[in-house]
Amino acid sequence: MSKASSSATKRISSFVLLVIFITLALSLTALILAISAFNYNEIAAYYLLLIGFLGAALSTYVLLQTRKRIKRLSIKAPAITTTIECSKCGFKSIREFERGDYIFKAVDPCQKCNENMLITAIYREVKEKTKRTRF
Amino acid sequence: MNKLATMTALQNQIMQEPFGEFSWILNILFYAFFFVFMFYGQRIQIYIMLREVEGSLYKLKYIKDEGRKTAIETIKEIGKPQTDPTARVDRFLEYFTISPQSLDPAGVVAKLEHILDVRETRFKDDVKLMAPATDKTQANNLENTLEAAMALNYIYKVIRHFYLLGKKTLSLYIIMQIQMILPLVMREAEAYASALKAFAYGQPIGDGAGALVAAKLTHGSPTRNIAKECVVATVPIEGRTAYVIKAEGPGGNVGKPGDGVKTIMEENEGNIANIIMVDAALKLEGEEVGEVAEGVGAAIGGPGVDQFKIEESILKYRVPINAVIIKEDIGDAVSPMRKEIFDAVDKAIERIKQVILEKTKEGDKVIIAGVGNTIGIGQ
Repeated sequence: MSKASSSATKRISSFVLLVIFITLALSLTALILAISAFNYNEIAAYYLLLIGFLGAALSTYVLLQTRKRIKRLSIKAPAITTTIECSKCGFKSIREFERGDYIFKAVDPCQKCNENMLITAIYREVKEKTKRTRF
Repeated sequence: MNKLATMTALQNQIMQEPFGEFSWILNILFYAFFFVFMFYGQRIQIYIMLREVEGSLYKLKYIKDEGRKTAIETIKEIGKPQTDPTARVDRFLEYFTISPQSLDPAGVVAKLEHILDVRETRFKDDVKLMAPATDKTQANNLENTLEAAMALNYIYKVIRHFYLLGKKTLSLYIIMQIQMILPLVMREAEAYASALKAFAYGQPIGDGAGALVAAKLTHGSPTRNIAKECVVATVPIEGRTAYVIKAEGPGGNVGKPGDGVKTIMEENEGNIANIIMVDAALKLEGEEVGEVAEGVGAAIGGPGVDQFKIEESILKYRVPINAVIIKEDIGDAVSPMRKEIFDAVDKAIERIKQVILEKTKEGDKVIIAGVGNTIGIGQ
């Protein structure tokens, strides 16, 4: 059941394909007519050329988009910072988060006064694009 | 009909000059487009919407698969199971909970609480079977990871259901309703996706802002268990005695603050001057992340059982209740804690002290309940 449904989601609708191919065929006809029209009506030929190219480009684009497989997605893990502080001398060190870290966990002794240090902060920093709005 | 004739005449007049004998091509094209859009306009709109939903469905499928993969990998890494946990994880992801019947609403909260307790016990038992080598903290984190994977699985299945139903029936209204809420659904799914790693690694999340406030207030003071997975510490603040309640960390859980508040109230026979609740709250678009606001009422989310219990207790003893909230959006609430939220914790503590000074007298007793998931936060 699940296999059938997942393949169903990947199929392209035949109606969409039909519309694309009809547009493509009409565009190609316009291009051929444009070539033959150059001898006796140049303006019409240019128009047909324009229509032909536009139609061909549009239908090819839609076809490629429909055929295109899903882009490689990824879930980015944000960088997490752990701050360790000595409650006695105030020495502070910042490092990347490690599994097992938690806020108020006692970690290695202080490099300066040998007192046990504490994890005082764990957070991530987000750089947001500032969009100016009127509100 | 008259309009159509006028339009055709006008179009012929415009096209005749430059195209000469080839104007028939444009005429055919014009009529073709006209009739296609007249008869198939809605169908084309349906296909466009279906494609949009399909794109999001691919993304949801990827996120859901990643969730499942993360859960299995974490179980293998920290749980050291004897057998492959994949089948058990797949079974877990399909678990459901049936909420109690509310046709006669009297007593529904107790029924709901019981169902939620059964659910939690079942989850914990399953986690223990999947990952026997985990300690309490790791088991709680693993349970949270599995719940996030479960939520992603459910979101994917619901969207897939509407997509396939829409495709089968070609009903504009079925497709339209899902297409309209899709941006919000995707936001929620992306939030759960970022929560997965946070839960798997035991990182503090935005929802833990309230628990962090309580942890900062209680740090260094002895704590005791007051309710299931809930601790309390008695702390002197501004000459008052504060009972600070939080979920027991650093494992991922929210505890039962409702029971905690009720027990403290009973222990003190209602002799509590004020209750202050601190929690993370959803912000509205345009508001800043980490904004601190103040109000009244029981600031607590979830299914409502704890809020009900707190409200019952305060009503019994007529105790005033205040709330301090830290604003964030859904994505921030379940993903690793942002610096803005972390910084807002100190501002919230200042607000609490201000409320205590303004609303209570020296020597009074107050309850401060730090609500939220305490993952990655000790006490």
